[in-house]
Amino acid sequence: MSVLVGLDTKVLVQGMGKTGRFHTDKAIAYGTKMVGAVHPSRAGEVERFDGETDQSGVPGRPDTYEVDVPIYRSVSDAVAGTGATASVIYVPPPFAADAIMEAADAGLDLVICVTEGIPVSDMVVAKRYLQDRDTRLVGPNCPGVITPAQCKIGIMPGYIHQPGKIGVVSRSGTLTYEAVHQLTLNGLGQTTAIGIGGDPVNGTNFVDCLDLFNQDPETEGVIMIGEIGGSAEEEAAEWITENMTKPVASFIAGTTAPAGKRMGHAGAIISGGKGTAADKISALNAAGVVVAPTPTDMGQAMLEAMSG
Amino acid sequence: MKVHEYQAKELMKARGIAVPLGYPVTDVAGAVAAVKALVEATGNPVVVVKSQIHAGGRGKGRFKERPELGGVTVVTDGITGGVAAAEEKVRELAEQMLGSTLVTIQTGPEGKQVNRLYIEQGIDIDRELYLSVLLDRSTSRNILMASTEGGTEIEVVAAETPEKILKEEIDPAFGLLGFQASRLGYDLGLRGDALRNGVKFFVALAEAAVDWDTDLIEINPLVVTTDGRVMALDGKMSFEANALYRHPDVVELRDVSEEDPAEMEAAEHDLSFIKLDGSIGCMVNGAGLAMATMDIIKYVGGEPANFLDVGGGATAERVAAAFKIITRDPNVEGIFVNIFGGIMRCDTIATGVVEAVKEVGLEVPLVVRLEGTNVELGKQILDESGLDLVSANDMKDGAEKILQLTGGAA
Repeated sequence: MSVLVGLDTKVLVQGMGKTGRFHTDKAIAYGTKMVGAVHPSRAGEVERFDGETDQSGVPGRPDTYEVDVPIYRSVSDAVAGTGATASVIYVPPPFAADAIMEAADAGLDLVICVTEGIPVSDMVVAKRYLQDRDTRLVGPNCPGVITPAQCKIGIMPGYIHQPGKIGVVSRSGTLTYEAVHQLTLNGLGQTTAIGIGGDPVNGTNFVDCLDLFNQDPETEGVIMIGEIGGSAEEEAAEWITENMTKPVASFIAGTTAPAGKRMGHAGAIISGGKGTAADKISALNAAGVVVAPTPTDMGQAMLEAMSG
Repeated sequence: MKVHEYQAKELMKARGIAVPLGYPVTDVAGAVAAVKALVEATGNPVVVVKSQIHAGGRGKGRFKERPELGGVTVVTDGITGGVAAAEEKVRELAEQMLGSTLVTIQTGPEGKQVNRLYIEQGIDIDRELYLSVLLDRSTSRNILMASTEGGTEIEVVAAETPEKILKEEIDPAFGLLGFQASRLGYDLGLRGDALRNGVKFFVALAEAAVDWDTDLIEINPLVVTTDGRVMALDGKMSFEANALYRHPDVVELRDVSEEDPAEMEAAEHDLSFIKLDGSIGCMVNGAGLAMATMDIIKYVGGEPANFLDVGGGATAERVAAAFKIITRDPNVEGIFVNIFGGIMRCDTIATGVVEAVKEVGLEVPLVVRLEGTNVELGKQILDESGLDLVSANDMKDGAEKILQLTGGAA
């Protein structure tokens, strides 16, 4: 078991530019079922991917792969042609919100948007569009979702992951890699790692992921990586107090961040004295979460949470 | 991206949003000339001289050179002395304010030089309210936020009398609806003409916020005049960076003299850089990791000199540009490069660092921690470069090493 993605997940790619192609290739090498791509002006073509298998991914595969990915005019055509239930978006920022809505219109269960720099007002509209639809959006501005040795959707390096018992959820890409790496080294491993992204408007939040992990029988603990800005961590702390049955560890980035400055991520800003790391850490502590004092201690914090 | 008050008001005026009449000026002669024009146009002998800088708290702010002088001054000399007296007072104020340094709660102790004044008509104020349009992150929608406590900072109102904060959510599918604007106006105590004018103001402002892609419009105070008009007496506006590409007219309003030159140079290279006061320069990939790197430097007893995210798709050139921006800061006593390669490959970072050092030299200690995609290749490039650098095993190790090398106590 795992959450969101697994061995059977069939994935489309929206945005087959240089970045989209690079990561589609890495995903196929990992063993992800990349079944189609959407590119209106290249509909009918086939994109070939071949290379050496990433043996840290789905086990039992030959050492090399050769996969032809058909290109479709639209997401709905691609769904009809492939039976895909998920997509990953590498479309440039001005067109990415539209790509999200197209994916929802086509009825996909899961849409993972990697694109960074989408205008907030576009995301406000996209989120409104998703309100009455069953599609789950992860991101934007996120590394993606991976269930180790089953399915990798996004831009994370596959080899640092290891199947295991911890659910990982994070607003930051590279800090997710740090946490995953430490969980691999200390033997806990991961069930699924979800990057929810660093934007102020995103599809899936901490509470959604905590809920998924809480219900997943294979997940024994969760590590949640937050940062300054907004109140998603405080909302998560409240939810944990009321609902969480599994141990939770955390790290919050931005203790030293000055107020009023956007720290790289569009959503990472302390405004009007709200959204400080100190507030988030104290809310999480109050909810019984073990908060790592430094990012190097995230794996250790998870071990502590598991033993307590 | 921020704009000046006078620019925000010009934008509002162009959309039929009521603002007082005023003229931006950059010299004393212009300031004096504005007085007569204002008095003749409005019939009001009172004018206001307002410093234009990108920081709030100007009214309560004081000039470094003249601690008795505030950043915003109401000139009433014209009431008894006529236009000539008002002109004389404005001349005196303009001479004192232009070129002087205004310190407000938002500028920091160093303050900001005032290069431009806004000379505005005086307004007969009946009531002062507060109004803003901003994103409510918990609902992913914009809201109109208002309060009867005009002139007071909204954070103070939120902390002391939260029941006085009124909110109306803007559904992106419908915009601010008439009944919402009306409800807000009524709850603010507007009646009659003031209510009608308030509703018009709220609807126009909500529409404008969406059209302009602002991340904040704050009008504090929003005033009701004695004759029932509703006007923006102040106007603070900032535009969302990701949407600027579709607002070339807004981009033209950028005042580069208000921005940090290093941060602007970084932005040209698609780097996310924020200058801080410490001595350890950081170059990191990923915003979260870059923040966490600052945090861990502080945790081991050092002070970070900057936030710098080279981004996911950085090239060797971009890394070199980042390196140069860091080394140019005279406070930097050591550099910590912390990379966890995902999209960003470690060999790219390594190549960039080597190129930059070759070009600009390296006079301070350098600690490099590489992990992730192509880590072995990256380490090999650094090893073979002959650069005098120290490798770290993990973040904490790296932070401790750079602190030791710069004479810290870790």
